[in-house]
Amino acid sequence: MGARRVVITGVGVISALGLDARQFWQTLAAGRSGIGLIQAVDPGLLRFSNGAEVRDFDPARHFEPKELDLLDRFAQLGMVAAREAVRDAALEWSAALRERTAIVTGNCNGGQTTEDEGFVDLYRKNRSRVNPMTIPRTMGNAAASRISVEFGITGPSYTISTACASSTHALGQAFWLVRHGLAELAVTGGSEAPFSLGNLKAWEAMRVVSPDTCRPFSKDRRGMILGEGAAMLVLEPLEAALARGAHVYAEIVGFGMSADAHHITQPSVEGPARAMRAALEDARIQPDQVGYINAHGTGTLANDPTETKAIRLVFGAHTERIAVSSTKSMHGHSLGASGAIEAVATALALERALLPPTANFTEPDPACDLDVVPNAARPAQVDYALSNSFAFGGLNAVVALRRWQ
Amino acid sequence: MSEELTQRVISVIATAQKLPLERITIDSTFEELGIDSLDGVNILFALENEFNINIPDDKVEGVRSVRQMVESLEKVVSGEEPPAAAAQT
Repeated sequence: MGARRVVITGVGVISALGLDARQFWQTLAAGRSGIGLIQAVDPGLLRFSNGAEVRDFDPARHFEPKELDLLDRFAQLGMVAAREAVRDAALEWSAALRERTAIVTGNCNGGQTTEDEGFVDLYRKNRSRVNPMTIPRTMGNAAASRISVEFGITGPSYTISTACASSTHALGQAFWLVRHGLAELAVTGGSEAPFSLGNLKAWEAMRVVSPDTCRPFSKDRRGMILGEGAAMLVLEPLEAALARGAHVYAEIVGFGMSADAHHITQPSVEGPARAMRAALEDARIQPDQVGYINAHGTGTLANDPTETKAIRLVFGAHTERIAVSSTKSMHGHSLGASGAIEAVATALALERALLPPTANFTEPDPACDLDVVPNAARPAQVDYALSNSFAFGGLNAVVALRRWQ
Repeated sequence: MSEELTQRVISVIATAQKLPLERITIDSTFEELGIDSLDGVNILFALENEFNINIPDDKVEGVRSVRQMVESLEKVVSGEEPPAAAAQT
């Protein structure tokens, strides 16, 4: 079977910017940051105090008590986003479609909140046993499995873990499965819930978390801000979407991957550049067709100038005509969920002809000399956009999206 | 600059970097010792444990040599920086 065109027909987002995709977009468009004082643990125990947590999420409103026994917060968030995306796509399930639907999710930490609780029981409370549901709650594929059970999806389903690029790798894989006829539909995205004391202390020790807020590409940036959340997308062949009159958000046209083969934490210029080029080649488009890039843009000292160089390497003089923003300035860096969250932001930006800004921006950095759409969203009709994700460990993933008229 | 402090810092760096003690002097730069930013994070962790202190990021910004590290540490150890609550957990 030849390559088919693939479109996004459903989206779901739960993040620090609200409990659904509508709130997510409204907050992005307003340029409002969801970063605030950490609630999940006592910030007095940490060197940093701010995070981008999902606020006002009541799991009991979404799941039966018996279901919650089996679901860590990361899986709950993933399931809530998947329900929204599937509802949004207005799918009509049949046995045949269920069998031909794929689920590909991204996740970095698994159910580490559950694991952390178990360790507290063992080591601090001196209990001799942990919750018997610890294993199914902590496995990284828990969200994918739950999505499969809830919708009766029986096609190829799996989870990809490539740190901060997890859900971009997942989205790209799902895109290829649908494009090449290995699946007729895909539910794909990622979820993450990194706010436990043990995990936050580990981030503290890495010394990459900002003591105030996330200011990507800004001269006074001090680091990243951790976020939590989930985003899921429904992908299907263009023909099928048109035949059933589905709403199309955007077309996915390319996916590129690369490895730096360099350093476990230091970013490289070449690796990300090769991933961007690969995405353009896969999309069969030229660099000068790209008008917007949703950057990896973590706000760390190391990432932003390196990503700037990588973008310049790929786009040359055309870089001056590309808007580049980091929405992590608003929804934080939710690790395995961030690629999917940013892909949704990119798709909505194309659809609504409004580029979300880089919030919290104060001062240009000559080492990050890009048009970063500072602080206020910008009306602009863009035909093609990239969404970048570059992981610790030097594993890079980039998706290319096209505006649907 | 205290000689004892200097020797303890050198010893911590040697252990963290898996280098022989004699490779490191007060005048060694991190570049000469092959210390990158991730190694630096490891060394700070080891120093925090060695001296039972909390070393805030802004006290070691721009530190690129053993001498600068000892100087920064002297300020922290001399009590200019009270240990944060985090050090107790």
